[in-house]
Amino acid sequence: MKPAPFDYAKPASLEEAFSLLDGHGEDARLLAGGQSLLPTLNMRLSAPAILVDISALEALRGISIDNGMLRIGALTTHTELKASKEVARAAPLLAEAASHIAHPAVRNRGTFGGSLAHADPAAELPACVLALDASLEIAGRGGTRKVAAADFFHGLFETDLGPGEILTAVEVPVLRKGFRSGFAEFARRSGDFAMSALAAHGRFDGERVHELRLVYAGVDIRPVRAQTAEQTVEGKAVTADLLADAMARLGDDLDPMDDPHASGVMKLHLSGVLLGRVLSAMAGAHR
Amino acid sequence: MTDKSPLSIHDLPNSYIGRSVPRPNTRRLAEGRGAFTDDLTLARMAHVAFVRSPHAHAEIKSIDVSPAEKSPGVIRIVAGEEMARHCTPWVGVLTHLKGLKSAPQYALAVGRVRWQGEPVVAVVARTRAAAEDAAALVEVSYEPLEPVVDMETALDPSTPVLHPELGDNLAFERIVDAGDVDAAFAEADFVADEVLHFGRHTGVTLEPRVLVADYNPGAGKLTVHMSTQAPHMMKNIFATHTGIDEDDVRVICKDVGGSFGIKIHTYPDDMAAVALSVMLKRPVKFVADRLESFVSDIHARDHRVKAKIAVRGGRITAIEIDDLTGIGPYSVYPRTSAVECNQVLNLVGGPYDFANYRAVGRVVLQNKNIMCQYRAVGHPVAFGVTEALVDSAARAADMDPAELRRNSLVPDDAYPYTGASGIRFEALSHQKSFEKMLQLMDYEGLRAEQARLRENGVYRGIGLAAMIEVTNPSPMFYGVGGAHISARDGVTIRLDPTGGVTCATGVTEQGQGTEAMIAQIAASAIGVPLEKVRVVTGDTETTPYGGGTWASRGAGIAGEAALQAGRALRGNILAVAAAMLQAEADTLDIRNAAVVDTDSGSERITLADLGKTVYFRGNELPDGVSPELVATRHYSPRQYPFAFTNGVQACWLEVDPDSGFVQLLDFWVVEDCGTVINPQLVDEQIRGGVVQGIGAALYEHCLYDDQGNMRNATMADYLVPMATEMPDITIEHLETPTAESVLGAKGVGEAGTAGAPAAVFNAINDAIGVLGGKITAIPATPESILKALGKV
Repeated sequence: MKPAPFDYAKPASLEEAFSLLDGHGEDARLLAGGQSLLPTLNMRLSAPAILVDISALEALRGISIDNGMLRIGALTTHTELKASKEVARAAPLLAEAASHIAHPAVRNRGTFGGSLAHADPAAELPACVLALDASLEIAGRGGTRKVAAADFFHGLFETDLGPGEILTAVEVPVLRKGFRSGFAEFARRSGDFAMSALAAHGRFDGERVHELRLVYAGVDIRPVRAQTAEQTVEGKAVTADLLADAMARLGDDLDPMDDPHASGVMKLHLSGVLLGRVLSAMAGAHR
Repeated sequence: MTDKSPLSIHDLPNSYIGRSVPRPNTRRLAEGRGAFTDDLTLARMAHVAFVRSPHAHAEIKSIDVSPAEKSPGVIRIVAGEEMARHCTPWVGVLTHLKGLKSAPQYALAVGRVRWQGEPVVAVVARTRAAAEDAAALVEVSYEPLEPVVDMETALDPSTPVLHPELGDNLAFERIVDAGDVDAAFAEADFVADEVLHFGRHTGVTLEPRVLVADYNPGAGKLTVHMSTQAPHMMKNIFATHTGIDEDDVRVICKDVGGSFGIKIHTYPDDMAAVALSVMLKRPVKFVADRLESFVSDIHARDHRVKAKIAVRGGRITAIEIDDLTGIGPYSVYPRTSAVECNQVLNLVGGPYDFANYRAVGRVVLQNKNIMCQYRAVGHPVAFGVTEALVDSAARAADMDPAELRRNSLVPDDAYPYTGASGIRFEALSHQKSFEKMLQLMDYEGLRAEQARLRENGVYRGIGLAAMIEVTNPSPMFYGVGGAHISARDGVTIRLDPTGGVTCATGVTEQGQGTEAMIAQIAASAIGVPLEKVRVVTGDTETTPYGGGTWASRGAGIAGEAALQAGRALRGNILAVAAAMLQAEADTLDIRNAAVVDTDSGSERITLADLGKTVYFRGNELPDGVSPELVATRHYSPRQYPFAFTNGVQACWLEVDPDSGFVQLLDFWVVEDCGTVINPQLVDEQIRGGVVQGIGAALYEHCLYDDQGNMRNATMADYLVPMATEMPDITIEHLETPTAESVLGAKGVGEAGTAGAPAAVFNAINDAIGVLGGKITAIPATPESILKALGKV
């Protein structure tokens, strides 16, 4: 289990990183925390000619709140995300989800931006940024652009990132009054990729839930919103009957594939269980 | 010289027997100063990587190595026919397993590949990375053949035969028929039956298989440094198949990062690496990486058992089983792959007193990875079957499952006792152990809690499992069948002029504490502090010939040899001391590394001073005194084929009926392994074993597709049990020593693994039975539990 030979460069600036990416094109891969990339190299599932290590780019670090926006640098580790007071206040969903990511050793090195750019369909954070309607900041030679999370995840390990582009930060609207979030997942063992995970975010007005976003991971080739279920509960009080109704309609939203740990039928069932549990907990939080 | 000490080994004032002293190698390992085989780098050492078959069954049409040979750093590329000229094939049969058949297995596939992962081409290069780079360039063209994947259809006439020369895919068949089974079922008050499946899994060692073979053409000697359980056995195998004189082969094994029965077999890649060293006349290192471990380390279990039990008068009266197991394409050499099935037949019903037993066992060949002995060979299957049957029978009879067990266990006053399958027990403590368990776990209290929680929609279950364990094997296990596997083990103990004591033994340290155990016994037997004792293991040239580590034999067999050798050395020391001190030897004792007057305890001479006199100033010794400050003793059990142990395990868990997830809440073990030498090491063996058994019950499964490809051969997809999910494991002991040895120790290395799957399985069914659910297979996954509940 040795990787195929590769070159390594550690740029000190974004400019230098862009030059390296321009020079090597598709033969280059960005290296951040390396928690997904290095295993694929060792298993020879990928063999880039050069790794461009962006871990020295200070512009990609830091967590701040400005103008009602929480800004999280792409190099923020999962451990930092989990420990941040700003994140706990402005986007508690991210902190909650971060504790489900793998184990401490992985969380200490794995990065927020890396998880989004890698776009593993079972990963927690892509589902969360979609639930939070986050905006992703992408830098390239020609400048910086912003992409809504809803437009970022194209498919299995595929994103909106183009050649020569680097994900630099994520912006999340600071939690507004009445909004709550919830996260839960079913994984065979603590730290495993989930058979199904649910990130939920919505506004509560007394018993009633509004603007709910239900985003599942682990059930499709990318994080997927359960819009039929969302519409089913929109503006209604969360009751057992309503939850049963929403769960029954989940099959209209999700069509999970089989994997070695669970059949698609099992994943759909678990997704329903998550829906009931997460929404109940969110609704109960105000009582 | 006889031992006149009025106290036994167990209660000498300075005895370490029964004390949890720290392992002498702990600090070294904890500081990262272990000496594992992969740490070894030799001059001119080359590395080998293997091209493995991507097909479960295929003809090799052609092999093109020319692009690979041009890859940087390549030294040599070898395929099957050439390798066969340097390493002869082997056949995994033993004569006492009547009718067992298998085909010659080659170090590298010749003509046909028979499992996905079988080594086909060896690539030797200057580094492992260079070898892997070149291996990726080797082009093998295959013509796929229909794979034999499902063991249930392996014997059908329409199924291809793996080895045409064998005639069919049946490797072994055994039938046991004792008592009058038909009459017992006819007369039964209640009958229950089950069809149970035990998934194929493997032993995931932290350190993979690794060896460095070093052939020295100048000396004509082959030295193999390897992570192994049985250095002397491997020495014989390397010699036999490379043609080197066995006396010119040396096997050295230093630290081992876990073995579990994985590192005791003949692997084709290991054999190829050794042969390559001889061919190339230079050291060759092979380290199995994690991906190749999953498709080349032996797998285990994979049994389908149809089983039936009869109850009459509230007691078990008969059991009938039909066991089918698929072992891959070859019976593994030299221990064979018939042993697990054979053990299942021997052990089913083992804890219980009944006379009517019928069993059919069939072992079939198939195109999956090879299968052989892994920790607790056959035991989890045998007790999984037995204990599932007992719970089923209790449900059928509307009895408390504890009551049916209590009524049916072999009584503590029944020994010596012969079980229905013919296995012989010297002395066990099933009844006392069982009562102790019910008390320890507060069985009645848990039943009340279970009933109370059910009213709130919380489903918890209690699983009980009585078990026995095969330990201290005699020559009847392997040697009798023709394998060069020693049932005997020896210990040589030497006193140096420093007063230090060095023990050398043929049993090996796998990380389980063998060296601590030997040191404790030797220190106690001689009368020296533990700090004065050094233990040498794992070198065929410097340790007594022996069997190594398997079948829970280290403490019971080498421990007894250490005791006898220590006593002999003590006698020798006292004889010298008596001559020097002009005293009678039987008035002297050795305490705290000094010869003392037995009665007063006053010191007469330290062992260091005695040693210095013997070695440096022998002229001061009286005439006619010829000191021997070294003694060797060997031991092998002979009265019983095995020293069985017994125990009871119990599990308390909760099933989430919505998700099918199982939460383990508590786990208890009552174990009787005879004399306990180091309680902490014993308890950790049991805990580790229980965790591995939980792995089998809930997580570990080698999943194959219908083409014979393993689908989950990574650590991300093959689920080993992890600490977060494990319950606390409470352990208590009874001690029924074996009378066959003075030490009285039996083995304990496999007990946890033997009983835990049955306890977990029964607890799940106890939890979901009220919901109408019942699982019939392990590992029990959330999905299989929801299926049992009719929810998915």
